[in-house]
Amino acid sequence: MNQPALKETLKLTADVLVIGGGPAGTWAALTAAAKGVKVILADKGYCGSSGATAPSGTGVWYVKPEEELREAAKASRYAMGGKLAEHRWMDRVLDRTYENMNRLGVAGYPFPVDEEGNQYRRSLQGPEYMRLMRKLVKKAGVKILDHSPVLELLADEHGVAGAAGVQTQTGEAWSVHAGAVVIATGGCAFLSKALGCNVLTGDGYLFAAEAGASLSGMEFSNAYAICPTFSSVTKTAYYSYASFYYEDGTVVEGAGSKKGRSVIARNLLAGRQVFAKLDGADEALQPLLRVAQTNFFLPFDRRGINPFKDVFPVTLRLEGTVRGTGGIRITDESCGTGVPGLYAAGDAATRELICGGFTGGGSHNAAWAMSSGSFAGEGAAAYAAGLGWHSVHRAPVGLSSSPLVHQEVKAGAAARTAEYVEAVQAEVKPYDINLFRTEQGLASSLERLDGLWKEQRGREIQRTPEGVKAREAEAMTATARWMYSSALARTETRGMHKREDFKGSDDSQHHRLISGGLDQVWVKTEEVAKESVLL
Amino acid sequence: MIEVISADRCVECNQCVSVCPTNVFDRVENGIPVIARQSDCQTCFMCELYCPVDALYVAPDSEGITGITEAELEQQGLLGGYREKVGWGKGRQPVASHDFMYKLAARAGF
Repeated sequence: MNQPALKETLKLTADVLVIGGGPAGTWAALTAAAKGVKVILADKGYCGSSGATAPSGTGVWYVKPEEELREAAKASRYAMGGKLAEHRWMDRVLDRTYENMNRLGVAGYPFPVDEEGNQYRRSLQGPEYMRLMRKLVKKAGVKILDHSPVLELLADEHGVAGAAGVQTQTGEAWSVHAGAVVIATGGCAFLSKALGCNVLTGDGYLFAAEAGASLSGMEFSNAYAICPTFSSVTKTAYYSYASFYYEDGTVVEGAGSKKGRSVIARNLLAGRQVFAKLDGADEALQPLLRVAQTNFFLPFDRRGINPFKDVFPVTLRLEGTVRGTGGIRITDESCGTGVPGLYAAGDAATRELICGGFTGGGSHNAAWAMSSGSFAGEGAAAYAAGLGWHSVHRAPVGLSSSPLVHQEVKAGAAARTAEYVEAVQAEVKPYDINLFRTEQGLASSLERLDGLWKEQRGREIQRTPEGVKAREAEAMTATARWMYSSALARTETRGMHKREDFKGSDDSQHHRLISGGLDQVWVKTEEVAKESVLL
Repeated sequence: MIEVISADRCVECNQCVSVCPTNVFDRVENGIPVIARQSDCQTCFMCELYCPVDALYVAPDSEGITGITEAELEQQGLLGGYREKVGWGKGRQPVASHDFMYKLAARAGF
């Protein structure tokens, strides 16, 4: 068993602990606090700047509650997602997103005002949005722990009961005993440096699996964004205005920001650099594009490149499950995970319920984050409030797969962690393993990943900032194993999951793939709610 | 990656130390913060945005160090450019409220 965190100087209690301070986590904290319970929010970085949303601009799936508009909104990505979304969930998320966006307007988010004097509430600027969310969360009386990554969940025989971690700026260990925990740690982009994504290493998936929860849709995990080779700024939507060229100026036939991403990938795989130019944006449009995504132009401006006129080299940067749809399996309407006291929200949870096996990121993910965060916050608050007297006498223990210790671990641990990270990246980044999937490629990669897991899970991890990185490496390894085990099991092409050896979709596989397990990874099928076929 | 903290401009508020999601900076007693873990920088530009005096510069290159100097930045007027565009700071209008947001949506659908 893991050593109890004896040296902890920071021991706190709460009704609800929220892990992660992005959109999902802040909405969870806000809605839980509104139920009158005590809430603590712990962020690995800084609540307000952490995660994929804070540095970018995003559309939001904000649709007026008019039947025709709603039906069109639900149908828009249904087929692209491989018909795995569910009617009832789309309705709930559309309702809650509409409500929450309107709340943001009232709370002071500076939405633009159109000619008729109405606020335009269909997009959010990340810095503004997350700065406001932090303010609202604090005002609601939530205690925020910044720079406080979680190392493990705590649990007893009744269920999950808190978490323990370390404060990276002081080196102090911390623990929070809580009646319920919401995991809102985002997806996993494998430290690829996609904009804002390096805090998203699949930690929540690992924590949830260690508590006995399962995952869903992990085969939908091969999102790659178009991005200048030199830059972190991933904003694929803007490349709908791009043409793609080879070095000699000839056009790359079939390359594009949507289906043509594969063409770019195949060229890069063959060692042919692809260049882009946003020459499809006319002069009237250019200033609009500049304002709507200020950071998109930052790298170009700073390098003296005019992306509307000059070509620049591009690559495809892995976004994994951040703009995939797989994540922790949701088992009820309050975003419970099936494990008592444990809830999941945002990119940490599966988004198949509203977009099946495909998402362009942005719009749906943003809607899901604020809605699922709210559902989970309410669910966790109600659960914690219902625990009653026995909640104060609990003595939960840590759930980490690897032993977490206070004393120094063997020398060279940091270097080994870096090696594990590189080894996992070497399995998930290559287009010929992860984007273009084959049985052979997936199976041999899985073998190596299983080996990597075995090596890591036995080693002692110190409760230090360095130990956090070791846990991240474990989380990424585990995530890759659930991804590829699911991808192997889905012997068809559906949503974003592309099998080179099974190019068509197979009606008999119109089901979800649930996965889980740590030393032994398992995958099984689950029916999609029947009503979804009505669309 | 983060490359420059201007000693001339920095007011030692340590906002950058607080807001950096990947904990790249270290606080220094009676001094300006230092870039302590540059390789952890994810090039998200958040530190630059939160710096109230435009003392920071994040080079757009996420994979390597450009070696740009403060003098070059001053000369090219690059310090504070992102914060200005986002519309943060006294007397500025947040870009979030710009009417181009819905005008673009009307034209492009996003």
